[in-house]
Amino acid sequence: MLQTKNKTGLVFFPAFDWAIDPTHPEREERLLYTQDQVLEEGILDIEGIEEFKPELVTVEDVQRIHFCVPDVQSVMTESHFISAGGAKKIGTVVLEKQVDNGFALVRPPGHHAMRVVHGARGFCNVNIEAIMLEYLRATYNIKKVAIVDTDCHHGDGTQDIYWHDPDTLFISMHQDGRTLYPGSGFINELGGPNAVGKTLNIPLPPNTSEEGFLYAIKEIVLPVLDDFKPDLIINSAGQDNHYTDPITNMNFSAQGYAELTSLLKPDIAVLEGGYSIEGALPYVNVGIILAMAGIDYSKVKEPDYDPVKIRQTADVTDCIKQTGEKVLTCWQQRERLKKQTCESNGFEERTRNIYYDTDNISERQAEKIRICAECGGAIRIDSSSDRGYHILAVHIPAHACKACRETGYQWYDEKNKGFDMILLQDRTTDQFHERKP
Amino acid sequence: MIIGLDVGGTHTDVVLLDKKGLVKDVKVPTDPSDLFNTVLTGLEKITEDIHHREITRVVLSTTLTTNAIAQKKMTRVGMIVSGGPGIDPENYRTNGNYYTVSGSIDHRGREIQPVNPVEIQGVVERLMDAGIRHVGVVGKFSTRNPDHETTIGSILEDSFEKIFLGHQVSGNLNFPRRIATTFFKAAAYSAHKAFFESVKKSLDKKGFEIPIYILKADGGTISFEASIDYPGQTILSGPAASVMGATVFAPENEDVVVIDIGGTTTDIAVLINRVPVLEPLGIEISGYKTLIRALKTRSIGLGGDSAVKVNDGKLEIGPERLGPAMAFGGPSPTSTDALSVLGLIQNSDREKAVQGITPIAEAFGESVEKTASMIFDDSCREILNQVQDIVANINSKPVYTVHELMEGYQVKPEKILVLGGPAPYFAKRLDEMSDFRVDVVPAWHVANAIGAALARTTCEVSLFADTGKGLAVSPEEKFSNKVNRNYNKTEAVKDAGDLLNKKALQIGASAEDFEMEVVEHIQFNMVRGFSTTGKNIRVKVQVKPGIIHGYGSISIKQGK
Ligand SMILES: [Zn+2]
Ligand SMILES: [Zn+2]
Repeated sequence: MLQTKNKTGLVFFPAFDWAIDPTHPEREERLLYTQDQVLEEGILDIEGIEEFKPELVTVEDVQRIHFCVPDVQSVMTESHFISAGGAKKIGTVVLEKQVDNGFALVRPPGHHAMRVVHGARGFCNVNIEAIMLEYLRATYNIKKVAIVDTDCHHGDGTQDIYWHDPDTLFISMHQDGRTLYPGSGFINELGGPNAVGKTLNIPLPPNTSEEGFLYAIKEIVLPVLDDFKPDLIINSAGQDNHYTDPITNMNFSAQGYAELTSLLKPDIAVLEGGYSIEGALPYVNVGIILAMAGIDYSKVKEPDYDPVKIRQTADVTDCIKQTGEKVLTCWQQRERLKKQTCESNGFEERTRNIYYDTDNISERQAEKIRICAECGGAIRIDSSSDRGYHILAVHIPAHACKACRETGYQWYDEKNKGFDMILLQDRTTDQFHERKP
Repeated sequence: MIIGLDVGGTHTDVVLLDKKGLVKDVKVPTDPSDLFNTVLTGLEKITEDIHHREITRVVLSTTLTTNAIAQKKMTRVGMIVSGGPGIDPENYRTNGNYYTVSGSIDHRGREIQPVNPVEIQGVVERLMDAGIRHVGVVGKFSTRNPDHETTIGSILEDSFEKIFLGHQVSGNLNFPRRIATTFFKAAAYSAHKAFFESVKKSLDKKGFEIPIYILKADGGTISFEASIDYPGQTILSGPAASVMGATVFAPENEDVVVIDIGGTTTDIAVLINRVPVLEPLGIEISGYKTLIRALKTRSIGLGGDSAVKVNDGKLEIGPERLGPAMAFGGPSPTSTDALSVLGLIQNSDREKAVQGITPIAEAFGESVEKTASMIFDDSCREILNQVQDIVANINSKPVYTVHELMEGYQVKPEKILVLGGPAPYFAKRLDEMSDFRVDVVPAWHVANAIGAALARTTCEVSLFADTGKGLAVSPEEKFSNKVNRNYNKTEAVKDAGDLLNKKALQIGASAEDFEMEVVEHIQFNMVRGFSTTGKNIRVKVQVKPGIIHGYGSISIKQGK
């Protein structure tokens, strides 16, 4: 009889009746063959693996993280409430210690969704990991969290949300942004002034294979995690690094994903991308589940798996080693870098254009943060889109110092014309406010 | 008239019914070492003054195959299992002569690795050397494409008496359960066949040439003849007969909890509009999860004969049974003794019961009466907790579409029906202690046998179509049809319905009892690149478990 080493929770929500459009990679069929494989393998019967039904997240859960324009209901469909709710459910059962770890095998995904949401980008509307994590933080006593994003695409949404949070270490490993959407995630993206080094990016060259991914985990990610000592490790478990994925150029495998998972030992894994729905997902997902449960996965292989055929070249290996050295250097220098930025005492500003490729919306954003050595810092975002909305959004982090809290309220209360909405996330009271301009 | 017979742990209930209601009922003791004799005695007693021409059907509910499995009195069988990529099938070993072989099929039914006939031949020799006569053959995804199982089966054909192929036990996906179910089917085949053939023979001898049906774990029946090929289906565990008995008297358009209070256990089931809730896949037997359709039930170790004791200053009721109640000559105090102390059971030796409860009362420094009340209330409370739990469990069953998650049916029972020995006393107290309306099932003492007698013949059919491959298949039904690109869900449901109808009639249903229910029907566009290459359609239909036509008025006659 099979018995797991860890008690593993599973939320499986394939949203068989939801698609972005009928031929979109994010369509009804995406997890169909995964379900077939999971059911046929009898995984849900294994002693120590428990399936949970997703809950729905609430509007308040979403507003902890997002400023949705014009409102939450307009940017989310029912499937997004469920998908985020699936992640929330898994997070809950892990923190309630009903299980040792858990995997939310849900769709639609979320890691390209940023703090301000005017629509969908990279198939994502809301960030399901962030909604889960901030619910968990508001409910349980957890502070330091690491999110390791192993999707093939840079997790730019999650990076944006945690850019200024010194308590959240965000590490993304992905196909080099010069060769793939969303075109970001370079080594020098290290986080905002109050959280320097708490964002780490590991761009990998196209055709990276098992050797490269596992090197990045063992030699870069794990040492950093050892240092950071998070209370919780979350894995954004995208599966589009697979050698058969139609929209990327990597050479990873089911065996590799399973081994990566058993090395990383995430408390919570959340499915992100992965569009090789027949040749990869059924095997990768089974591999990840078995790895989380601590069951032998050595026979979980794609029918056409040939490790020699997908092996990476020496150039790729060298490139990853060099990247690793640079990333580790940044990590080691984070305290010094933070000290430098915090000396400037005042505010830092950045302006960006954000394109929502899925919904074809352009956003113009000016962000201002209070530089603060004591907390994550109050954030002021002035955001407008070509759909005609113009909002002022203020974020006060949960552990905000008095000065940052006051700054946040000043921004919120300022007399301002020209905005359609003025919004405030006061995480110190876990409340969301909105006022008429 | 029809006969229903339910073999219980201590006694066997037999009823004779006509269209108006219960004509006669008898109880005979169960002899676990000779079930055949028990069944015959029961049938003889019930038919004493009846002319055999008046009997139109007999339904038997026995735990024969279950007992054979539990007592390991099964035929030795060989198992040949091919897995392919995934979890090592060695993990699902059912017995000694279990061989894993090469060959694999993927989730869409495509061959990945062919069967190796030389390897199979090697296994054949070893099984023959071991003296094996019956062999099960199971492949991963054989319900999508049974070719490998049939290929292996044809290699075995000449060397063994009977071959059991995995895709014929169920249309559902679940390789480990398919292995276990095929194994039980192969292992129970001989015992099942021998038993019912001798029952049939002795009935024939007495001139009762009437159709015999067997109750299945899903609360449906199957004809004796058909059951020979589905011995696994007759593996009965839990209270199928009792639940069907309650169904006869259950109200329409309501969710109802059924509680069957027995000697050692209390079993709980749920009805939705007079249809019992089924396990999603099947029952568990001897630690193996199977694909044998079954009612969803919760069994707790708390019955009339549950031993009552004080442990660490705490009252403990069950789960063990040390014998009957002291009030009925047993060795130690039980729940029934508490009822006897409370004056709820006539014809019991109350003095003996008081004697039994006294030490417990002393341990708590309470009166005997108060202690008896406490025991009774604790039992009721535990039952109510479990009722809540099974309802929550049914409602938390995962669903896979947005629609089902948002609009899915939630069970909210407000009524409980109780049957079994102490039913009337429990019903009253459960009613007082909860918000449920609690009633006793009319004829509660033989409702189980009535349930068996009236249960309809049930079955299930799964159909899988892939218009990209141009095929609609239902391997369990030996069905494989070429379909064109326009084949759709509606046509698939119709094809599945035709197969279901054919199957139901074949295994003993009457046409008037054919009530089809679509359990699952889902259709996906298969998109490769940016164009649609076909449709992937999955349909599952079943005959709703329920009561045979023409006997609905029983509930009126017996109901209050
Ligand atoms: Zn991706
Ligand atoms: Zn501050």
